[in-house]
Amino acid sequence: MLQIISLLLENKPGALMRVTGLLTSRGYNIESLTVARTLDPALSRMSIVVDVEPNLRAQVIKQMNKLINVLQASDLTDSPAVCRELVLLRVRSATSNRMAILKEAEIFGARVVDSSADGFALEATGEVEKLDEFIDSMRSYGEIEVTRSGTVAVSLDAKRLRLSPPVPKGDAVATLPALETIGSK
Amino acid sequence: MSATTSGNLMSGAQILLECLVRENVDCIFGYPGGVTLPLYDAMYDHPIRHVLVRHEQNACFAAEGYARSTGKVGVCCATSGPGATNLVTGLVDAMMDSIPVVALTGQVTTKLIGSDAFQEADTFGITRSCTKHNFLVKTVADLPQAIHEAFYIAASGRPGPVLVDIPKDVFQAQSHYSPVSAIHLPGYKVFTEGHTGQIRRAAQMMWEAQRPFVYAGGGVIAANASAELQELVETLDVPAVNTLMGLGALPSHHPNFISMPGMHGSYAANMGMSNCDLLIALGVRFDDRVTGRLSAFAPHAKVIHVDIDPAEIGKNRTVDLPIVGDVKRVLAKLTKVVKEMAPAHAGKNSAGRQAWWRQIREWKEEHPLHVETSTSEIKPQHLMREIDRLSGGEAIVCSDVGQHQMWAAQFIRFNQPRLWLNSGGLGSMGFGLPSAIGAQFACPEKLVFAICGDGGFQMSIPELATIANHGLPIKIIVMNNGYLGMVRQWQELFYNNRLSQVELNTFPDPEKLAGAYGFKGRTIESPHQLAPVLREVVNEPGPYLLNVKVTPFENVYPMVPAGGAINEMVLGPPQPVPA
Repeated sequence: MLQIISLLLENKPGALMRVTGLLTSRGYNIESLTVARTLDPALSRMSIVVDVEPNLRAQVIKQMNKLINVLQASDLTDSPAVCRELVLLRVRSATSNRMAILKEAEIFGARVVDSSADGFALEATGEVEKLDEFIDSMRSYGEIEVTRSGTVAVSLDAKRLRLSPPVPKGDAVATLPALETIGSK
Repeated sequence: MSATTSGNLMSGAQILLECLVRENVDCIFGYPGGVTLPLYDAMYDHPIRHVLVRHEQNACFAAEGYARSTGKVGVCCATSGPGATNLVTGLVDAMMDSIPVVALTGQVTTKLIGSDAFQEADTFGITRSCTKHNFLVKTVADLPQAIHEAFYIAASGRPGPVLVDIPKDVFQAQSHYSPVSAIHLPGYKVFTEGHTGQIRRAAQMMWEAQRPFVYAGGGVIAANASAELQELVETLDVPAVNTLMGLGALPSHHPNFISMPGMHGSYAANMGMSNCDLLIALGVRFDDRVTGRLSAFAPHAKVIHVDIDPAEIGKNRTVDLPIVGDVKRVLAKLTKVVKEMAPAHAGKNSAGRQAWWRQIREWKEEHPLHVETSTSEIKPQHLMREIDRLSGGEAIVCSDVGQHQMWAAQFIRFNQPRLWLNSGGLGSMGFGLPSAIGAQFACPEKLVFAICGDGGFQMSIPELATIANHGLPIKIIVMNNGYLGMVRQWQELFYNNRLSQVELNTFPDPEKLAGAYGFKGRTIESPHQLAPVLREVVNEPGPYLLNVKVTPFENVYPMVPAGGAINEMVLGPPQPVPA
């Protein structure tokens, strides 16, 4: 079953490798992964869609949270969230179809981003299923080429971000960080 | 000798050594090479001791031995390429057993990274999954922060190995060094204090249980929580087992100590686990070698699980009451609450508790761990019993992996934590001897045994040179049955006795082998020699290689076949079927 994970992580070399490595070492197939920096350029936001057995979902989130570069990992599969994807699609088609393609594109809320004698380049965003339909309908007009962004997700829950404070470095021995507690189940 | 004035112009190599001094490092196990030349040049007149091993894998095992025997961070060092890849087994070993190790590796010059340069390997990529965290330091300015973060990550929370990969030009670069004032790892979550409400509920469950049972593991040792464990066990008067990784957490001579559970655990330990109504799991991870078939593990028990790693909670076994925290702090609070509740509960379940103890004693008497002896051959169990007699629960015992490891775990007592050093999770053959080197450097006053099989010993023979070099008085006991015994045991039991590639026909003459390195060695094969010769070995001021020829076809029992429930133990060898 597909799990949607949202990660806030440090924008550092190797951080992406740690996340993907954690999934691939368990044999999970990554369906999509998007990553870009946040308002704070030191941090990135990552949205991952991955095929995981439902009973192992919590374990995946815990393992993600153990990564030193990961500030917060959340499972958005069943929690209130908005998930969207971007599709860039090029359709080659006979001139006679041009009007029909534009009409169809309008129905799906797609925009024309390039037009040539060969056909159009279209841009659409939306939910994954809607975009599947859009792509299917465009296929009927001719040869198409598709690039999908993969799901990007934003949680609608206000989740408190818990960050570890800096640890003063004594002359020799590191002291333990400020003590925290973690809730029950 | 080391410059401490802030702002001093120093090389990256000097800065690294300065950082190690600030981390209280007194000993590094390593092997030099091309790209670490600048580091070794800086080491030349530096007070930190460097122990030259004979293979990088053993540098990491020795660092583990140092860490396991002291609780301090062990440090190992290797060059780029083959040096770094040779560390991998040791890193995974430390990862599996949660041992704090910092590995320093050289890397090719930053400009050459990615060009397939001589002795280049993607160490950062290769060790991603074998470390708790790793660093590739691209500029000398980042070096001090990376080193201190590495030590901090290795030692705090659930301990583990951390690798720092340092290109040659970073060692060479000159920089103004000023000490690091703080470590900031915003995403590094360490939960130390347990949830107060959960602790209270746990105490309540402990008083209400009729058949409580403590299952304590390596986490108790990592947290230095032996005293707290002992106090809880005594306060509740509850029976307790220590896992293979936890041996010594509760002293073996403690009246509440039952023994080791699991695949080769004792009958009483496994029956106790299977029949308890409350399993108090402390610093354990419900490893398959302990639980057997999970669906049949402790079927009647509610489970309290205390662990510092939230990802361990519910990973294998559903937990009724999780407490995430440092087991030392949690146990201290828990015992306090248990004591506060005592007046309200005293005597309530005493009949049930007494029956439970009676039952456990019966199990112990019914099937005690059996010491085979013979007048013609040395039985492996007999060998371990004799080593135990000499150790008296006080010596450091470093074990390799296989049958001898299980017999040692069954028959040698440990009255303190950090005396039993073995490769529990990864099961790395060749661990025993190098880990003994690390332990002996860390604890020069201690009696250190390296107990090896004839297979594992032959994987670590190069380190005899390190032992000889430093005159380390390690007592190397080879339990020689001429076979890869544990593999053979499985071939006997599950592969129709088709003994494929497990016979080790050749073993070097120990007298000549040890003699070639300049120390004593000999072989014994008569049971009458065992006690007197072992005494002679222990009394020898230097190293000693004792090759003990034991009954070749002895197998380890009890045994839970893979996939079996732990109360379905095979208690002894199959009886011959009458014709």
